[in-house]
Parts: sequence; structure tokens; C-alpha cells
Amino acid sequence: MATTAYDVVVGEEKSIITPVFSVSVETQMEIEMAQSYQDLLAAAREEVPEIQVADLADRLSRSDAPIVIDVREQSEWDEGHVPGAVHVPRGYLESRIAGIARPDDALVLMCAGGFRSLLAARNLREMGYDNVESVAGGFTRWKQAGNDYDVPQTLTPDQRSRYSRHTLIPEVGEAGQLKLLGAKVLLIGAGGLGSPAAYYLAAAGVGTIGLVDDDVVDASNLQRQIIHTTDRVGMLKAESGKIAIEALNPDVTVNVHATRINRDNVLDIISGYDVIVDGADNFPTRYLLADASLMTRIPLVHASILRFEGHASVFLPYDGPCYRCLFPEPPPPDLAPSCGEAGVLGVLCGVMGNIQATEAIKVILGIGDTLSGRLLVYDALGMTFTELKVRRDPNCPACGPDAHLEFRDYDAWCAGVGRHLDSVNV
Amino acid sequence: MVRGRRPPLGFGERVSTVRVPPVLRGAVGGVRELSMPGATVSEVLASLYAVHPEVRAQLVGNDGELHRYVNIYVNDEDVRLLGWLDTPVAESDTVLILPAMAGGATLPR
Repeated sequence: MATTAYDVVVGEEKSIITPVFSVSVETQMEIEMAQSYQDLLAAAREEVPEIQVADLADRLSRSDAPIVIDVREQSEWDEGHVPGAVHVPRGYLESRIAGIARPDDALVLMCAGGFRSLLAARNLREMGYDNVESVAGGFTRWKQAGNDYDVPQTLTPDQRSRYSRHTLIPEVGEAGQLKLLGAKVLLIGAGGLGSPAAYYLAAAGVGTIGLVDDDVVDASNLQRQIIHTTDRVGMLKAESGKIAIEALNPDVTVNVHATRINRDNVLDIISGYDVIVDGADNFPTRYLLADASLMTRIPLVHASILRFEGHASVFLPYDGPCYRCLFPEPPPPDLAPSCGEAGVLGVLCGVMGNIQATEAIKVILGIGDTLSGRLLVYDALGMTFTELKVRRDPNCPACGPDAHLEFRDYDAWCAGVGRHLDSVNV
Repeated sequence: MVRGRRPPLGFGERVSTVRVPPVLRGAVGGVRELSMPGATVSEVLASLYAVHPEVRAQLVGNDGELHRYVNIYVNDEDVRLLGWLDTPVAESDTVLILPAMAGGATLPR
């Protein structure tokens, strides 16, 4: 039977009572039409045992601890609650209880002052939950007695508004948004790939974004590196990126690493980050990052671009193939032109950088299927997306069981020294 | 253009599509895809080399072996995990040549 619940404020305590005209006939016979709120509470007290906060604290420390259900409203819960308590607002208790407890479980209901929980407990008893108690004095007394309580991290009203289109998505929700706000993403390169990735990750509310780039903004960058502006030509890219990100979203802390990443500083720079987004334009840096990602077990989101073509994948250390499972060795320099030599369609950077941002967010939230185990090849001219399977190489020189992972001289190695120099013949 | 040029036959009637990466397009007249006859990957590559010898110079070392930095896929599978160069190629298959690409930000080397 549908009942309509009303919020009623009585004294300090906001209470939800069910008006008598909408209760069932049987209940109606038990409750006099003229029964006051005080009468209702008194009747409930006769049925529902009350537990003192000291007893509750004692019982919660034991192995047969009861399930504590906090029946207050969201805003009250957000200000603090008993550790381990389950939150079910009073209005949803009857409809949700079956998913939380069985009728023979020991339950303790709690509200702010001990009244709503008393009435709620009475309803549960009517539903057959016989082992239900109510905390006398509620959370207010719990807190006053000096017991521990948790204050959940929550979005501020401004953040609720800013990220509302995220929190509406079940896979993200407020919990996911809080994860993003607590996440740290390191972008290698504040250039073609790093610009759109930084913009969208910042807009998404990734709380900390690191920008690694020792280059300065050049006019020729602006065709694709949209995080920079004409009036910032000559400025360090990492600084220019910081200005753009902070203007877009003040929630984001930007760490500027205006340095060339190398084997001496890579571990210091990447430690503490949750995800690395690789937007480098050269093989020495890419192989360095691949090794460092394995050493630190930080996921690496990969993309590379040239002319009209882009590659993207995700390398989850020891949980999927790594970059060297895919490409064990770099090509010789003449088969590895940079965008500065061969050119790149500006928009291509937007597509690929945003695929990286998407994958970084999925890795942070732990949702969906990432590109781990797949290489996505995007051809802007044909407007085709091709997926290639990438498998973990059991003999991988970097992540295989016999691999001896250590930093090398990546510049020399990629230039072919001691490797494929004799075959660089074109 | 080049796609229509008929390569020397000799591998039966089976013709598959070869997808060429950007770095090799200069060696094949600028096209993205070519139709090449051959029943296996090595036959398809031999057909390709016959028409565009420059490609061979970029993919194959002095020892006659494919370079390690070149990946070849038949459809979405790496031939290293199939039958390597003996992997059969069917009429509707795509043989994709894929060297690694470096491009991204212009970090000074």
C-alpha cells in the first residue's frame, strides 16, 4: 500500500511521520485517530528496545556487532556518522531493508535524536524484523559522548553543480566524481596530445594534473596545441598549460615539471601519480616511460600521431601487455619521423588526446573496458577505427618473467647504437 | 591509381588488401591501401616488393629477415602469434603493416 511521507520538524529533530489517514486498516485500529506525536513515540518505546550509546560502542567492537542503519537525511549523514553504519533515509527504509538485512539480523537504527529511529524501528518490527533496537539520543549523543565518527568526503554545492552531468551517470556518480577529484594524472608533454587531454581531464575534475614539458610555446604549435594561446608564445608550455587549466577549473592543482624527463628524474617525477598519459613525440622518452611504468606499476595511457593517423592503447603493468610487448624495438630514426618533420593534422591531436583522457578517467574510476590488450588505429583520412589485438609477450624483454628491467641509454638505443645500425640502409 | 595497377601474378587468384602506414606511403605512391595477390603473408609481401621495391628496403634487413620493429597483422591478429610469414591470407583479409609511431608533443631530443 502506498503511503505518503511528510517531513515534520519537531523541536530540534526533523522527523518523518506517516499521517494516520494513509496507514492500513489494521494499523489504523491500533493507532487512535487523535494520537499525538508524543503518544506515537510512547507506543513505539513499548515495542522497541532502546540502546545507550555506550552499549552500542561496546557491541560494535565485538565480533557479533549489529548492523547500524542510519535513517537520517543525506545532509545529516554527510556531516558525520557512526563508522561502518549503513545509510538509508527514513523514507526509503521499508522499501530497501530487504537488500540490507535478513529478518533475524541484529539491527540498530539511529537518527539524530532517537525519535525517527524509534518510529522506523517499529515499522521494521511490523515487517518481521524482530531484533531491532533504536539508539537513545541518536547520533547527537553518540558524538557528545566522544565516540568516533566518520565525516564522508562530499562535493561542495559548487562542485555538485559543476559536475552534475557526471554525477548523473550511474557509473560515475558522486563517489566517482570524488575519486576523480582525488586522482593525480601526469601528462608527458603539454603539446598536441597533452593539450586536449589536459583540458578535458581538468574539466572532468581530476584533482591534480602534472605537466611535464621543458619546451616553450611557439607560433607553429597553435594549429593543434589548444591549451596555449597567441599571447603566451614564448612562455614555458607547462606554465601556459597551468594558466589555462586554472582558468577552466579552480578545483585542479597543477604541478609544473618544466624539465626534460630522463632516466635520472623519471622516478621522482612520476611517483605519487595514479596514471601517466604519454604524449611524447620521440622513442627514447616512450621507451623510458614504458620501463618506468613497469617499475612503479603506474598505468600508462599511450597515444601517438602522425599526419592523419593515430595509435592508442593502455598498458596496465603486469596486468596486460606493455609497450615493448607491442613494439619490442624502436624503428630507426628515418622510419620514425616526428610531427615536426612529417606534419600532423591538428584535429587528429584532439581525437587522440581525448581518447587518452577517456582511458585515464576509466582507469581512475575502474569502469568499462580500457584499450589494454588492444591497439586502436585511427585513420582520419578514411575515417576508420581499426582494432588490433595486443597480447602479453611471454618473452617480453621488459615485462616477461625473465626480464631484467633497468634504465638504459635510450637516446643511443633508439639511434640504433649496437642494435640495428647495420640495417639502417635506406 | 597505384591501387589499380595490376601486380605480376603468380600466386593464383587470391588477392588481399595491404594497408600501408603513413611512413611507407611515400614508397608506394602515396596510397593507403593496395590490392596484392598471395596465399600467405610472405607471398603478399613478395607481390608488394615486386611492385614497390623501396618498401622491401625499409621492412627487411640485410639478413633478409623482417625488422623487429615492424609488426604485421592479418586482420586484427599479429602474425607473430599466427604462422609468422607462412600465415595464410584469404581473399577478404587485410594485411596491415605497422611500425611504431613516436609523434606527440615536440619534446626536444
